[in-house]
Amino acid sequence: MRLWHDVLVMLGRAPKKPEKITERAQQIHFHKRAVNKEEYKAAREKAHADPRKSNKWRNRRWAVLLASNLLFTVSFYFDIQVLEGALTASRFVGFHLIDLNSALQVMLAHKHIIVNLVIGTATVFVLWLLLGGRSFCSWVCPYHLLAEFAEKIHVKLVAMKLVSSEQNINRSLRTVFWVVFALLAVVTGYTVFESISPTGIVSRALIYGPGLALLWVLALLVFEVFFVRRAWCRYACPIGLTYGAVGVFSPLRVKYRLESCFHEGDCRKVCLVPHVLDTVIKGRAADTEVALGPDCTRCGLCIDACPTGSLSYEVKGLSKLL
Amino acid sequence: MTDATTPAPKPPPSKERRRQARRRFLRTVLLTGGVMGAALSGWLPIAYAQRQRLRPPGALDEHEFLSSCIKCGQCVQVCPVQAIKLADLVDGFGVGVPYIDAREQACDFSCDAVQCILACPTGSLTYDKPKYMPVRPGAALAGKPVLIAKEKDAEPTLNLKERIGVARLVRPETCLAVKGLGFKGQVRGPGFEGQLRYMDVDRWKPIKVADHPYDIPECDLCVRECPIKGAISIETMYAPDGSQRKQPVVHEPCVGCGVCEMICPAEPAAIVIEPREVWKA
Repeated sequence: MRLWHDVLVMLGRAPKKPEKITERAQQIHFHKRAVNKEEYKAAREKAHADPRKSNKWRNRRWAVLLASNLLFTVSFYFDIQVLEGALTASRFVGFHLIDLNSALQVMLAHKHIIVNLVIGTATVFVLWLLLGGRSFCSWVCPYHLLAEFAEKIHVKLVAMKLVSSEQNINRSLRTVFWVVFALLAVVTGYTVFESISPTGIVSRALIYGPGLALLWVLALLVFEVFFVRRAWCRYACPIGLTYGAVGVFSPLRVKYRLESCFHEGDCRKVCLVPHVLDTVIKGRAADTEVALGPDCTRCGLCIDACPTGSLSYEVKGLSKLL
Repeated sequence: MTDATTPAPKPPPSKERRRQARRRFLRTVLLTGGVMGAALSGWLPIAYAQRQRLRPPGALDEHEFLSSCIKCGQCVQVCPVQAIKLADLVDGFGVGVPYIDAREQACDFSCDAVQCILACPTGSLTYDKPKYMPVRPGAALAGKPVLIAKEKDAEPTLNLKERIGVARLVRPETCLAVKGLGFKGQVRGPGFEGQLRYMDVDRWKPIKVADHPYDIPECDLCVRECPIKGAISIETMYAPDGSQRKQPVVHEPCVGCGVCEMICPAEPAAIVIEPREVWKA
C-alpha cells in the first residue's frame, strides 16, 4: 500500500520504486522516452521561456511565520491578550492551543492529564490535521526560518568548495530520537526534550527576551552551516515526526502532475525532505497525479522552483467537490 | 541454480567512497552525541542544585512541577507585578520553567485571585492537587489564607491550599526592628524596580516601591506590607538577662510569597523566604 510506504519513508526507509504503475502513467512514461529528442528539448525550452519561477509561496510562508510568532510578542508586549503564552502552549482569544509534541512529552513525563491539556491538544490536532501536519514546521516553527538562512549560507559555502557537500545522515536517526525522548520522559519523569527544543527556546526568546539557551540554538545552526545541511529538521527533530504523523491523513498536500514534468530535478534541490519527491524521478510516478508523502512540510519551495507548474497545493476532495 | 548465478565478489569501495562513509559516520556521531549530550546535561543542575527555586503559588512539588510544566509562560503574562520569570539554560531541565526571585519582585497577590494558577494549561500550578500526589507534612496551610487587601470583601480568602515556602529571620543582627531602629526614605533605594500594591494609594494598580517612601520610627516593614493576615508580627523577646528587644516573628499562615524579603531595607535582607520549606511548629 502506497500510504504505508510513505509512512515508512517518513520513518527513515529509502523510497522504493512503485510496484504498480497505472496504464495511463505508463503511457506517459513511455512517450517521454520515445519522443524525438529535438522536440523534447524545444518543449522544455518553451516551458522555461515562460518561467513561473518565483518566490510567491516562500514569501507568503515567511509572512505567516513571522506574523504568527510576532503575534505572541505583540500580544504580551502591549498586553492585548490575543495570543498568550508561547508556541509550546498558548491561548488564542481564550481558546487553549497546545503543541502536540510538548503535550506528548508532558503527558508521558507527568502521567496525569488535566482537561485543559486535552482540549488544547485536541484543538491543535484537528487544526494541523486540516492544515497538513508538518506545515507546522515550515509555516510556524521559528527555528525553521533560522535554519533556512543557515541552509543558504551552507549551500553558498559548498558552491565555493569551502565545506564538503551533503553528507546524508541516515534519516532513521530522527525516529530513534523520537523513541528515545519518549522513553526518557516516561522513565525520568522530566520533559527532557523540551529543555533542548530549539522551537520552544526560540519562541520563548522572542516573547520573554533572549537567554543563554540561545547558545544551544546557535550551536545547531553552526553545525548546519559547516557540517550537515538542515541537520536538525531532517535528522533529529521529534516535533517534525509528531506533526508528520498527523499529516498522514491530512487533505492538504502538494500534488505532482507527471504529464508536464521534464524531470529536471529543480524541486529536489530546494526540498528539505527530497525523499518525498522521489516520485518526480523519471519513471517513478505511479500515477498521472501523485500526492506527496506525509513528511512533506508543505513549504511550497518546490512549487516555486518548478518551471512547468507540475507541482501545486491540493486539498483532497475539494477539487472534486467544486 | 547454478554457479553462474552467484554474484561476482564486490570490488572494494573506492577511496572516495570510504572517505565519504567515514565522514558520514563522524557527522552522525557528532549530531547524536551533541543532541543527547545537551539533553542529558540538563540533569546536572537538577542533581547539583545549590539552592532551590521559589515557584509560583499553587505549584506542585518540584519533580512533579518540572515534569508537568510545558514552559509556555502564560503565568508570566498574567502576573500584574511581573513577579514570575522563566529560568534559563543554567537550570537544565528547568529551562523555561517559572520561578519567583522574591528579593527582586515578590508575589504580592495584587491579582487577588492567584491568576497564574488560572492561566496554567497543564495543572503545574493548581488549585486542587490530584488525590494521589502526597502533601508534604507542614506544606498544607491550616486554613485558606486571608488576603488583608480584600479582608472586607464577601470572600476574603485566597484559593491556596499549600505554602510555596516559609519566611525566616536569617540575619537578626541586621534587622532594624531588632536593633530598635526606624526607617526613613525609599526602601531599597531610588533605582529599585520592584512593585507593590498599596491599598491606600490604589486598590487595583501596584506602584513602584521606590515611589512610596516611608518614615517610620520603629521598622516594621515586613509586618506592615505582608499581604496575608496573621502571617507575621513584631513581638517583644526577653533575654535571660532580663533585657528585651523587638523582633519579627513568622506564624503558621505564612504562604511564602516573599513580600517581606522584598521590602526588607537591610542589605542583604534580614528576612528571606526559604523556598518549598514547610511549617515546623
